[in-house]
Amino acid sequence: MGNVLEKVPVREQDPQVRATNFEEVCLGYNKEEAMEEAARCLNCKNAKCVKGCPVSINIPAFIHEVKEGNFEEAYKIIGQSSALPAVCGRVCPQESQCEGVCIRGIKGEAVSIGKLERFVADWAKENGIKPEAPAEKNGHKVAVIGSGPSGLTCAGDLAKMGYDVTIFEALHQAGGVLVYGIPEFRLPKDKVVKEEVENVKSLGVKIETNVIIGKSTTVDELLENEGFEAVFIGSGAGLPMFMGIPGEVSNGVFSANEYLTRSNLMKAFREDYDTPIVTGKKVVVVGGGNVAMDAARTALRLGAEVHVVYRRSEEELPARKEEVHHAKEEGIIFDLLTNPVEILADENGWVKGVKCVRMELGEPDASGRRRPVVIDGSEFEMEADTVIMSLGTSPNPLISSTTVGLDINRRKCIIADEENGKTSKEGVYAGGDAVTGAATVILAMGAGKAAAKGIDEFIKNKAK
Amino acid sequence: MYKILKAEKLNEIVYLMVVEAPMVAKHCQPGQFIIVKLDDAGERIPLTICDYDREAGTVTIVFQPIGASTEKFAKLQTGDAFEDFVGPLGCPSEFVNEDIEELKKEKILFVAGGVGTAPVYPQVKWLHEHGIDADVIVGAKTKDLVILEKEMEAVAGNLYVTTDDGSYGRSGMVTKVIDDLVAEGKTYTRCVAIGPMIMMKFCCLTTKKYDIPTIVSMNPIMVDGTGMCGACRVIVGGEVKFACVDGPEFDGHLIDWDLAMKRQQMYKTEEGRALLKEREGDTHHGGCGNCGGDE
Repeated sequence: MGNVLEKVPVREQDPQVRATNFEEVCLGYNKEEAMEEAARCLNCKNAKCVKGCPVSINIPAFIHEVKEGNFEEAYKIIGQSSALPAVCGRVCPQESQCEGVCIRGIKGEAVSIGKLERFVADWAKENGIKPEAPAEKNGHKVAVIGSGPSGLTCAGDLAKMGYDVTIFEALHQAGGVLVYGIPEFRLPKDKVVKEEVENVKSLGVKIETNVIIGKSTTVDELLENEGFEAVFIGSGAGLPMFMGIPGEVSNGVFSANEYLTRSNLMKAFREDYDTPIVTGKKVVVVGGGNVAMDAARTALRLGAEVHVVYRRSEEELPARKEEVHHAKEEGIIFDLLTNPVEILADENGWVKGVKCVRMELGEPDASGRRRPVVIDGSEFEMEADTVIMSLGTSPNPLISSTTVGLDINRRKCIIADEENGKTSKEGVYAGGDAVTGAATVILAMGAGKAAAKGIDEFIKNKAK
Repeated sequence: MYKILKAEKLNEIVYLMVVEAPMVAKHCQPGQFIIVKLDDAGERIPLTICDYDREAGTVTIVFQPIGASTEKFAKLQTGDAFEDFVGPLGCPSEFVNEDIEELKKEKILFVAGGVGTAPVYPQVKWLHEHGIDADVIVGAKTKDLVILEKEMEAVAGNLYVTTDDGSYGRSGMVTKVIDDLVAEGKTYTRCVAIGPMIMMKFCCLTTKKYDIPTIVSMNPIMVDGTGMCGACRVIVGGEVKFACVDGPEFDGHLIDWDLAMKRQQMYKTEEGRALLKEREGDTHHGGCGNCGGDE
């Protein structure tokens, strides 16, 4: 037995090896490792970790079962709160949620809750254990727009309550950001995402792909003509933002969304798929969030030298520490306190470089982070043949502009009550990035969960 | 699956297919497009809508194979199916939401180039059904490449067919016909030009001379078609627009054509390689299916 103050280390693919493949980086715990790690849990009465979890998983209870070797029981406990444990165990920012408040963390390292959750979900999959379908249907129809984390969670929860749920997905495959955004090496598509989607389907949820609400049909039509009593909008983050600097429409400048969609959803990294991707020899990724890390590490695996250009310092990088750490291990070069001011193109309109300026940190701004200020005369050129802009997204107006009476805020996000997902339109609920702007998988799941409750109350009250 | 109810070769290079897609057929309008994908490994290819039948639940697409994926489409027969067919995408043509009585006072000219005749057809048809007869110029390289002539004739006011080599109809480029019509004393209050990018660019230069407001339809590289990827950026009036959600139709006099044409080249080399590989029977990878190209 190791030092109880430290986590049982998790096995990972060697950085040099994984930098050239798309296999999962983290290999996860085996049975023995999981049970050893579970034994570190203090089983706190007033467990802070549960409050730190956006979907309130009964963490001490499931870890207790893992410790005893009762993995199926552990899976059932997680299943009461989360529809996507194999996903969350991999992509949740545990360090700032459950693990961030773990008592173990005061004097040593927090219990590795995420890795344990992942172990339980993977074990259940390997042993063919599925979530249980509800005993009976209640006959009420609910539509869910989008099959990303919030939609799948909302649909799963409603199905468990007996609702007849149909998910409408705009793309040709279900999963939302889990399939188009997060790369294979962090979240395997066939092994994990597909399985989780199948699990939601096994609860009785129907998924219709290739339906774009706002174009193929509308929220109003679903409510008025298609017999749905309520609609949940979980349509995701939307349109990629660009910097607005000269040369940004040059060939070889991509949004992270495009780059990742080509590689993840369309599987451009595989020889047997038709969609092309520009691999690049020297790639500059602009931005410092998780999406930037995903794009950088994808480009690296496609064979490029990759630079992450970020205008603040390492401390302010919005990406998870683990992602930054992994990226560095693999050989991504970080050019911090650096900001592009122009994309340089050759005579054919292809990127040949990026003109940047050096920055320094000034006084804190409204976000509380120190504001980056340009250092005079610091302009310089970086060579590059590909630039990936990872600056966040702005909401897609497709649904808000085609739904009568649905209010949006100044940032064009749908206005919804945090408690229950209620919007300005009766019977219409919303959650996830469509409401908050780009955030995390688990926050979207929390919103989907809250909205499922809200919808249940709404339909029950209406029936009275 | 989306069944192909009819597959027809219109000429040596252009194919027409009637596809069963009730939800798209019910909601589509002139000016909009769809995205189609053959199978699991396929690309998402944007194609314009040529016609639709709301009752029968069908959508007609017309395409010219120019990349690896559209080459595969061309081999499909009646009874085959596409795995994915999604739409309608983009905004309907401007006039669809305008006042019909006001529209009737206008004189509208359509200019269709090559396979661009397909997306022009539903627009002219829509206007015809609303009691407005528009003049239509259809241009093609040579006689055999003129498509949908009979269909167009049935819904157009005056139809002017022209071929570059003079083998059929008038002789010369569509821009020459615009010049000729104006010289003959015709006046137009608006123009809609759809075809290869180079043709749309020169149409716009021509109509600019006569101060005729001109709409064009852009068909840039896309992935999702819902605004998510931003691959379809075009500069219109100095602003970045996404063709998939802001377009595909834009004010042609405001488009930065040189930039748009450079972007169009993006996958040209890869595409060429893919096509070559496929012909050699190798496992191909990459190749833009429908970047529009300029033939």
